[in-house]
Amino acid sequence: MTNNLRVKSSKFIDETYKISFRFNNKTYYGYKGDTLASALLANGIHLVGRSFKYHRPRGIMTAGSEEPNAIVQLHKNTSRTEPNVRATEIEIYEGLEASSQNCWPSVNFDIGGINNFLSPVLPAGFYYKTFMWPASFWMKYEYFIRKSAGLGKSPTEPDPDMYEHKYIHCDVLVIGAGISGVIAAKTSAKNGFKTLLLDEKPYLGGSTIYQNSEYFKINNQISSSWLEKEINEIKKIDNLEIKTRTSVAAFHGYNFLLARESLTDHLPLHQRYEKIRHRLLKIRAKKVICATGSLERPLIFDNNDRPGILLSSAIEKYSNLFGVSCGQKNVLFTNNDSAYETAISLFQRGIGIEAIIDNREEVDSKLIKEIEKNNIKIYKGYTIVDTFGYRKINKISIMQLSKDGQKVVGSKISINCDCLGMSGGWTPAVHLFTQSGGKLKFRDDDQVFIPDKYPSNQISIGSCNGEFTLDEILTGISKKLKDFLNIKKTDYENLEIQSHFNKTKRNIWLLPSDKIIGKTKPFVDYQNDATAKDIKLALREGFRSIEHVKRYTTTGMGTDQGKLGNMHALGIISETAGSRMGELGTTTFRPPYTPLTFGTIVGRNVGEYFDVFRKTPIHDWHFENKAKFENVGQWKRAWFYPKENEGMHEAVQRESKAARDSAGILDASTLGKIDIQGTDASEFLNRVYTNAWSKLAIGKCRYGLMLNEDGMVYDDGVTTRLDENHYIMTTTTGGAATVLSKLEDYLQTEWPELDVYLTSVTDHYATISVCGPNSKKIISKVIPDIDLSDEKFPHMSFKKTKIDKVKCRVMRISFTGEQSYEINVQANYGKSVWEKCMQAGKEFNITPYGTETMHLLRAEKGFIIVGQDTDGTMTPIDLQMDWIVSKKKYDFIGKRSLYRSDTIREDRKQLIGLVTENPKEVLEEGAQIVADVSKSPVEMLGHVTSSYYSPNLKKSIALGVVKGGKNMMGQKLIIPMENKQINVTVTDPVFLDKENKRLNA
Amino acid sequence: MFVINCPYCGEREQSEFKAGGEAHIVRPKQPTELSDDQWAEYLFMRKNIKGIQFERWVHTHGCRKWFNMVRDTSNDEIKAIYKMGEKPPVK
Ligand SMILES: [Zn+2]
Repeated sequence: MTNNLRVKSSKFIDETYKISFRFNNKTYYGYKGDTLASALLANGIHLVGRSFKYHRPRGIMTAGSEEPNAIVQLHKNTSRTEPNVRATEIEIYEGLEASSQNCWPSVNFDIGGINNFLSPVLPAGFYYKTFMWPASFWMKYEYFIRKSAGLGKSPTEPDPDMYEHKYIHCDVLVIGAGISGVIAAKTSAKNGFKTLLLDEKPYLGGSTIYQNSEYFKINNQISSSWLEKEINEIKKIDNLEIKTRTSVAAFHGYNFLLARESLTDHLPLHQRYEKIRHRLLKIRAKKVICATGSLERPLIFDNNDRPGILLSSAIEKYSNLFGVSCGQKNVLFTNNDSAYETAISLFQRGIGIEAIIDNREEVDSKLIKEIEKNNIKIYKGYTIVDTFGYRKINKISIMQLSKDGQKVVGSKISINCDCLGMSGGWTPAVHLFTQSGGKLKFRDDDQVFIPDKYPSNQISIGSCNGEFTLDEILTGISKKLKDFLNIKKTDYENLEIQSHFNKTKRNIWLLPSDKIIGKTKPFVDYQNDATAKDIKLALREGFRSIEHVKRYTTTGMGTDQGKLGNMHALGIISETAGSRMGELGTTTFRPPYTPLTFGTIVGRNVGEYFDVFRKTPIHDWHFENKAKFENVGQWKRAWFYPKENEGMHEAVQRESKAARDSAGILDASTLGKIDIQGTDASEFLNRVYTNAWSKLAIGKCRYGLMLNEDGMVYDDGVTTRLDENHYIMTTTTGGAATVLSKLEDYLQTEWPELDVYLTSVTDHYATISVCGPNSKKIISKVIPDIDLSDEKFPHMSFKKTKIDKVKCRVMRISFTGEQSYEINVQANYGKSVWEKCMQAGKEFNITPYGTETMHLLRAEKGFIIVGQDTDGTMTPIDLQMDWIVSKKKYDFIGKRSLYRSDTIREDRKQLIGLVTENPKEVLEEGAQIVADVSKSPVEMLGHVTSSYYSPNLKKSIALGVVKGGKNMMGQKLIIPMENKQINVTVTDPVFLDKENKRLNA
Repeated sequence: MFVINCPYCGEREQSEFKAGGEAHIVRPKQPTELSDDQWAEYLFMRKNIKGIQFERWVHTHGCRKWFNMVRDTSNDEIKAIYKMGEKPPVK
């Protein structure tokens, strides 16, 4: 079939520009301007997929982003593949490849269709109930269900496209470029406001732009012609930015909105290279005007889901905008006047109309008269009770409605047709309004929710505000805009409007049938296959809250968030439960309004830009010397330096041994450094550390432990007194930022009277630590003019000096237990000083070591690492570090918590050392520690926090925390592993050099 | 995402700030003289109001100053912002 369903050329379609595309492995043609849906319909294709649960054949239903059925997978099995794309939105381009989703093995023969006949066993809550069945039953069906019920396939290759984010600030944001939006944008921009106008479609003008009827006129011009002139004008206004193909995804508080601007999705693949695919706009608007329009409602009757059943407005759009007729023998089914607009459009284009079924009994309007004049049969007071045709509708049967609309009466009439348009009236698109926190009110007259309370500086205008007809929209718009924008005049004060629309409507949420409900399939949510029957079942099973019914029946939980059927679900609940609609509330619409790809959300933060990483000034040296790196927070730290074929274990053993036998060198630049100055600096340290600081002499260093107010260890590090009122504090690498924040918090909020100034200088200094028995010799070569003797420069002291002309601070402090010097120089000299140390240390086999060796060396000495041996539940007492807690100080952060009833418990987890029975066996960090495995359940006493093979002690060592561990020295415990039990003995956590001899060796 | 009017810098995006919990909880001057219960009251007990709440915020990615905010937690409306040490506004 080739385009024989194009009825009349449309100015929106370029018939000189033919485009070939593939759908389900067959080639078709369409024209520039077509969506995939319009091109398929032009080729006579309605059936595009299968429904989620029952695998019923489904066709294109709408012509917009609310489409529940026609969702396709693009470019299957390629890196550009994308699931859940609405055929009604995607514009065709040369080479487009689309395939039906959710049907296996093919759209025409679908194995899952059998679910349709099994539907009595697939009621509401099927999936919930399935999980309660015996597990074996679920296992059996999982494969079948997964294979036949997936919603598309996610790509398996990296996304080849580029995305970006952009911030936009504007005075007025107008969402939606229909007639209301265009008027609002023009008025705003012409009054000097920086205005942004967005629309999800590729063209401006909404549904008015393809309105071609003599019955709707503005200032005596057909409404579309009038609007076209307006659009041409707004394109020329300087301070108005217009973005089409831009869908607002989220409307947050304080007028912050996210929108996706689609830039290349309509281009052939070969034209997309080097271009941005989507741009995520982060918009902050002083004022927002929602002109998001409305969505036509379907009608709920038995078998209302066959291919060939569309919304009446969609049929009109396909005919007027795309020049495509959806069928030759159309039937329209309505409860309001909208379908008559469609009928007139079709009639004007010579498309056949078999009949119009109208729920209303006595109704008249100019539109209806026009139809009757042309001998089109109107069945007033009738409803459809059933439809027929498997792959496409071919017949309907109708019956008369009883006076109260609750029953059908009389005899059935059959009407042949090949297309059915339905109109249940309109639902304002209030999704964005409610996302922003807006509250709705229910309007009983036509059963719609409309905006009531605005949470920010915004208004809704046009049909999203419940103004559905041309005269309703245009009569009030001028005053609304004047009030909202605070301006005196608009161009739209005295419009002359002709609108022949009868506003009566006969709203019946669930239309009656001659069958009992159990025997019918009136679909409410097409995408998730939820029927009115399911909703009634949920109510019978006791669900009352709309949110519960939604989850139980999955109504509104598809990728379309139930844009079509949510109102009907509410209506059916209220009718069944006997509650008033307005009192039920609605379900919550959550962002995004239409799905966003991950690429759009992530933007440029991909690959190496996913997160920032920090490099030390010596990083390049580590890299050139083949270091393996470890992520510590955002830092890249040298982990170990493998030589030739060494693995991590070999490298770490070699590095650890060299550091104790001769000399090791570590890049410690990542340690947090906080410069503390002020006359109250000592007092401040007294309050934030557990130990005393007042008596620390100038030029001396001290180790400090910092607690939270709850008494738990928070951070540790060495602080040096540089001068009377000047200290430099070091923190752990990971704790640097939070420690500074915490200190600032106390200073500003609890102790503002203290004269103390804090400055983070972490990045300003490179820190090079040289340790080992030969460290003194090496440092004396690097800095010949200081006296390194133990008398003049003892452990825990500091000297200011120079290396060549570069000022530096040298601390004699140790995290390894070896004699050790830490050189701090201005960051940009870091690498050259490091190289100097390497040069000087060459004769001593100075060995660079990374974080892994550092961890091993400190574990040999029993030094803790905050965050590895502690987890926010360890007090200093638990760590056997009572010596650092001052008894004399009146107060410090966390002091009072150290003798709460919980913290003084004897059986708290306490830090201990562990040695294995087999000295070669290395424990796994995180392994559980138990005493007795014979009793069930086995009592878990604690866990291993650090574990290594020590090359210096020639045995396995570990640190761990164990309940009451302090009093268990020498006791044997068990580490239960998957296939074995490891016997261990509790020891002191200090394994090496308890007497600290090596510090001064 | 809020726009927060930092009392030192002016209006900035919420992403520049961090919330720091309930405001006007003063650290006891003499913690060692408190009973376990009194200390626990200070340490753990916080209100979590739906409605008007007094909170602490800090301009982390800005001037790094702490300040107080009165916020309606039901709709995120910021009612008032005032500096540390200043008295909370009445009503
Ligand atoms: Zn600030």
